Amino acid sequence: MESFNKTSLNTIIQAHKKQNGSLVSLLQDIQDTFGYLPREALQHVNTVLDIPLSKLFSIATFYNAFNLEPQGKNTLSVCLGTACHVKGGENLIAMMGRALGLDNSEGTSADGKFTIKKVRCLGCCSMAPVVKANDDIHGSMTQTKTANLLKKLKKSKR
Amino acid sequence: MNAKAIKNVQGLKKEGLVSLFPDKIKIIVGSASCGLAAGAGPVFEAIKTGVKEKRIKARVTRTGCIGLCHQEPLVDVIIPDKPRLTYGKVTPQAVKKILDALKKGKVPQGAFARIDTEEFLLEGTSRTYGTDSEDPQIAQIPGFDVLSFYQKQSRIALRNCGFIDPGNILEYMAKGGYTALAELLQSKSPQQVVSEIERSGLRGRGGAGFLTGRKWKMCRAAHADKKYLICNADEGDPGAYMDRSILEGDPHTVIEGMLIAGYAIGAAQGYIYVRDEYPLAIERLQKALKQARTHGLLGDDILKSGFSFDIIINRGAGAFVCGEETALIKSIEGDWGEPRQRPPYPAQRGLWGKPTVINNVETLATVPAVMHNGAKWFSALGTQHSKGTKVFSLVGKVNRIGLVEVPMGTSLRDIIYDIGGGIPDGRAFKAVQTGGPSGGCIPAELIDLPVDYEALSRAGSIMGSGGLIVMDDKTCMVDVAKYFLDFLENESCGKCTPCRVGVKRMRELLDAICSGSGIIEDLALLEKMALNIKDSALCGLGKTAPNPVLSTLKYFKDEYLAHILLKKCPAGVCKNLITYAIDPAVCTGCGACLKACPADAIKGEKKKAHKVLTKKCIKCGACQEVCPVGAVVT
Repeated sequence: MESFNKTSLNTIIQAHKKQNGSLVSLLQDIQDTFGYLPREALQHVNTVLDIPLSKLFSIATFYNAFNLEPQGKNTLSVCLGTACHVKGGENLIAMMGRALGLDNSEGTSADGKFTIKKVRCLGCCSMAPVVKANDDIHGSMTQTKTANLLKKLKKSKR
Repeated sequence: MNAKAIKNVQGLKKEGLVSLFPDKIKIIVGSASCGLAAGAGPVFEAIKTGVKEKRIKARVTRTGCIGLCHQEPLVDVIIPDKPRLTYGKVTPQAVKKILDALKKGKVPQGAFARIDTEEFLLEGTSRTYGTDSEDPQIAQIPGFDVLSFYQKQSRIALRNCGFIDPGNILEYMAKGGYTALAELLQSKSPQQVVSEIERSGLRGRGGAGFLTGRKWKMCRAAHADKKYLICNADEGDPGAYMDRSILEGDPHTVIEGMLIAGYAIGAAQGYIYVRDEYPLAIERLQKALKQARTHGLLGDDILKSGFSFDIIINRGAGAFVCGEETALIKSIEGDWGEPRQRPPYPAQRGLWGKPTVINNVETLATVPAVMHNGAKWFSALGTQHSKGTKVFSLVGKVNRIGLVEVPMGTSLRDIIYDIGGGIPDGRAFKAVQTGGPSGGCIPAELIDLPVDYEALSRAGSIMGSGGLIVMDDKTCMVDVAKYFLDFLENESCGKCTPCRVGVKRMRELLDAICSGSGIIEDLALLEKMALNIKDSALCGLGKTAPNPVLSTLKYFKDEYLAHILLKKCPAGVCKNLITYAIDPAVCTGCGACLKACPADAIKGEKKKAHKVLTKKCIKCGACQEVCPVGAVVT
């Protein structure tokens, strides 16, 4: 992930203009580059493309995929789809919240190493309950396996 | 369309057949998202490096999901002249044994199933892999056709999933892919295509079950300079993953279905709106689109027929409501996805104000088969008003979890017991949830219900996209109702008051009941609110939001009453109403729970029965999870 800079943002905006892409895809590209939607980035889009800031924030807050805050180095998404729910997905997210000292289980840990999120169905119901750690999906999770996963990620250089 | 183009398709098909029935060893790793979650990634790497190190003359490829999710990771081995063999729960260590055997020219031990012949549904033919099933080692391996999991299935939309390499267009063509398109471009008018689909009785597989042919007809009849086709791959129902599996396992069938639909309605531009949560599906689609363009099957003047059509992938951004067609259109246009009033229907006024057809992935995957084999063939399967087959994701508390496709009208008993192998750990079957958050819970006494659109609706649920979540006596039905309302409260777009406020109020009532502060009057209030929301909400999300509450109130009222009057959760789920305890008669004193407890709430000496300190217990369930003898009770 890059930290916010106007050069990269301008490149994204130019490419977007050329492709005539939608606002949702523009915000997706910005987030893919910086890891979240920095306020300065939205303000810059507002100035350059003359799109009301209110509209940009409406879209950014409507869709679950957008983050307005910087994310932890590791993102752990705990699936709470129906199959994961009936097989104890909530216990996993509560366990992570306790281990990382997060209120309400969700959010970013104080050291910036982890962001914990709920996700409503990753479509891997056959492996329920499921946790996605960055790009890898881990199936048939237990609290013990989740604790080991956290330990492993803590040690990783990421 | 000229003869050269057709000859070209025939030639590519032949090439694909060589890839499917190779003259050297081929090792195929099931690599859909669920396979990868089970560990297919390291297995694939181990095979790749092992084959290289041991200098085995073998090709290593990937395939999609064959539906046997409970056996993942799956590896298939094709040895020339022998049947195709399937190995389940493969680990990198097991890979070594498989490769050692292959190196020695032997058949690797441990296959749990074999495929003697591969069916070509679209050609009406089959082809034998190898004749060597007389070999005693192979003869004792059961054939796929006799596995209970497959016996009652009939795979049309899933015909290629788990068999072909989704990254290889030639294998798709070898199985009859793009033949339906080539045929109709040559000999059928768009009107004839619409009529054929209409006659087949095919209904939308995404939820509402609207007749696909009628939708196409309405759009075809609309006057406009441009029309659009959208494939709805925003598979949001938690517990349903057939669309992901089709996109990951057989992306070309969706592309071919879109081409046929585009031709029929007169569109030149298609969109696939894929959930943000499905990155692998997007990756495989991108590759497939590129291949289709290279072979002249997508773009300008397709197969020299004069018909032009192209497809753009649109990545969703995580909003359940965007599965609703008018919200989905707004999202493609770049806005936030709020539904609008219908009519006008999208087929009259849709994307950018133009007539638009929106079909679901499974529907489009079925279209090439219907066009190739004919409306009569398709409508011979199923029930009076629900034709053909339907894919279900059979998940939850069931032994053989997986993706199954059965003729409409197959009973729940056949699906859950014969195909799914019943409930694990000898527990009692309580209910099956169908239709996602818009659906309902069907109780055990309706186990013989034939599954089709009408029967499910009469039972107070809906077909939805086909998630079947099996629940046993350890699942609390009040908690399930609360779970769905919590989901919908989060996903409500906020446009209309009944949904935005009503669902929230209902969820608050359920919260109170689950935490022990519910009163008996809450039940009548819940029912009244449910009926009001059903009547007054704007879109499908709101109108169906009360279904999980209504169906559980109808069939499981005793559980609501236990929560309210006895302050007890019979299933032992609702945290405020349960206490954890250790059964001293069962406990072996192994100490596993003591080690796992994060709250220091368990005490006991080794080899003596342990005890839960109720005051300290945070009810996280860690002890129950690790107890090897099931001594922890609630």
